[in-house]
Amino acid sequence: MIPLTYMMSLSAIIFVIGVTGVIIRRNILVMFMSIELMLNAVNLAFIAIGNRLGSMDGQVIVFFVMTVAAAESAVGLGIIISTFRNRETVHADDLTLMRW
Amino acid sequence: MTVEFPALSLILLLPALGVVFNLFFGARWGRAAVNVVGPGVMFAAFGVATWAFCTLLAMPPGGALVMHLWGWIEAGQFHTELGLRVDALSGVMVMIVTGVGALIHLYSVGYMAHDEDFARFFTYMNLFALSMLILVLADNLLMMFVGWEGVGLCSYLLIAFWYTNPQYAYNGRKAFVVNRIGDAGFLLGMFTIVATLGAHGVWTLDFVALRNNAALMGGTAATAACFLLFIGATGKSAQIPLYVWLPDAMVGPTPVSALIHAATMVTAGVYMIARLGFMFTMAPSTLDLVATIGALTAIFAASIAIVQPDIKKVLAYSTISQLGYMFLGVGSGAYASGIFHVMTHAFFKGLLFLCAGSVMHALGGEQDMNKMGGLRRKLPITFWTMFIATFAIAAVFPFSGYFSKDLILEAAYDSGHTWLWLLGVITAGLTSFYMFRLIFMTFFGDSRVEADKEHHIHESPATMTIPLIVLAILATVGGWVNLPDGWLWGNAFVRFLAPAVGTFKPVIEANSTQLSLIALAASMVGIVLAWVLYIQLPGIPFLLAWRLKAPYELLLNKYYIDELYNLVVTRPLFWISQNVLNRAIDSFVIDGAAEGAGLAVQTSGQVARRAETGNVQHYAFVYLLGALGIVAYYLFLVTGR
Repeated sequence: MIPLTYMMSLSAIIFVIGVTGVIIRRNILVMFMSIELMLNAVNLAFIAIGNRLGSMDGQVIVFFVMTVAAAESAVGLGIIISTFRNRETVHADDLTLMRW
Repeated sequence: MTVEFPALSLILLLPALGVVFNLFFGARWGRAAVNVVGPGVMFAAFGVATWAFCTLLAMPPGGALVMHLWGWIEAGQFHTELGLRVDALSGVMVMIVTGVGALIHLYSVGYMAHDEDFARFFTYMNLFALSMLILVLADNLLMMFVGWEGVGLCSYLLIAFWYTNPQYAYNGRKAFVVNRIGDAGFLLGMFTIVATLGAHGVWTLDFVALRNNAALMGGTAATAACFLLFIGATGKSAQIPLYVWLPDAMVGPTPVSALIHAATMVTAGVYMIARLGFMFTMAPSTLDLVATIGALTAIFAASIAIVQPDIKKVLAYSTISQLGYMFLGVGSGAYASGIFHVMTHAFFKGLLFLCAGSVMHALGGEQDMNKMGGLRRKLPITFWTMFIATFAIAAVFPFSGYFSKDLILEAAYDSGHTWLWLLGVITAGLTSFYMFRLIFMTFFGDSRVEADKEHHIHESPATMTIPLIVLAILATVGGWVNLPDGWLWGNAFVRFLAPAVGTFKPVIEANSTQLSLIALAASMVGIVLAWVLYIQLPGIPFLLAWRLKAPYELLLNKYYIDELYNLVVTRPLFWISQNVLNRAIDSFVIDGAAEGAGLAVQTSGQVARRAETGNVQHYAFVYLLGALGIVAYYLFLVTGR
């Protein structure tokens, strides 16, 4: 039996890696992957706590999250590809059109 | 004893219906419908008023008909209800307003027969009647003020009825502004009453409650309140120093001059003082002021009327002068005498204006008496009715004006105002002089009518002459309701009013027959003088005007009061408005504030927009900081405690 603390710690570590990736990496493809990492860190936390409380709710929510993540990655990758086709770049600093 | 009398609301409802009809359907349904509805609602209201008045007469003295409409203002402890009340005083006023009003509405049908804007005219006239009836029927001071403002508005609308003429529009504005000055006094007076009586726990302006609690006010507060209310009265009733609007108001249609600026609205100030007589009695110094202003106004205006060439201007100054008499009466403490003169004056002055209108109608709008003369044969009905009215205003026995003016002069003498009485007697002489001058210049002598107007001189139609005849009868017999003491039903009118306005307590017991004879003699001197100067020796007036050029010019130009007010009040106000209020305050402070606010938003926006880099990672970082902040807050501040 793996203690809850371990699992929560692992979840937290993966989440922070994801956050760091989103903020410091300039490649939007990597940022995108980091977001997926954060989602899965949260999934892990849901499973762990659901298991601890003896409830199925945590696992149900994980399925929802995975479904939404699949849809999101399909749309997100589509946007990234079309951006690259138009702008020839996937660098976040070059994609600052939405501003003053 | 008070009786609930629901039909009172009809007296207000009928003119209100007239307003709605004339406003929305008048122009569409055409002249015939308006001519029926406009005067019709007034006659119907007169019928209801007569019914109410007869009910009141059948009740024992001191009775009143009331009708509670609904609650109006509840502000903290202060409360005001909307209610109607007909006691002896308001009963008389309602009869005057609806009766004379109905006749003048009927007259207007003929007078306005050639005017395109008849629907608008009758809308305003009915609205005026409604406001005036609210004023007299109100059972509290605040509701009276609503009517007070309403009649002021209608007066403005009707003076400037022919608004395409800029001068007429200006005169309308002048009347409105001058009235507003008085109204400010009225408001302050009401505030004083509420403040002082409120301190004693009486949070109302209801007349009955005021009367029962007036003693709580104390002399100083009563003097202040009455003084402020009197300022309101000088505005509405055209007394010194706020009379200047009334002569200029004559540019309105003549029925308007008759109804609003002679018979009803201008007497509102007298009515208000009589209504609050219990309070004015507590303020003897204010009452003395009222009497003094009244007497001064009477002689002042009469002296101007002597030389005016314009027939309506003469009547306007005569109205101011007669209003002065009324204030002399109420200022002497004899409120009933003032109201009595209000009534007789409504008859004869309404009639005089209507006759003047009839003359102008016949002469195609001519107002200059130098271009009249010899109209006696051509306008017989107008001549005879106007002749009667002139005898009435000149206070010749037994016409109505004699009884009311006599009562006022006697009251002035008996209350110890000997000097004011003397002014009143001199004014009586002046009055009969200028009135007979008017009659002689208009109807006697040779015709001086311009040739192109001469051929279409015609007597007015029946809708105009019938009111003239009815009013002429009233102007003759109207004064008989109050014959002198000891004659038949002597003093009936005064006794009837006594429960509502109190009784007059003389200071000096004078021989009233002697006083009457002196006043009558003064009137006779005026008549004879006018006859000598304008019939026997018509050259003399021109000679006098030439010899006494300076005083003549002074009177002709109305003592240059308008010019004085222009110089002292209007010009400085304009200057301040232009240079201080417009240039400094408006364009600097107000515009500065508005534009400054805009500029501040724009500048701060310029700074703040720099935060929007468009780089999604910057946003994510700020988002993270925020999320961390919230977590930290709950972790350290909420659960940590």
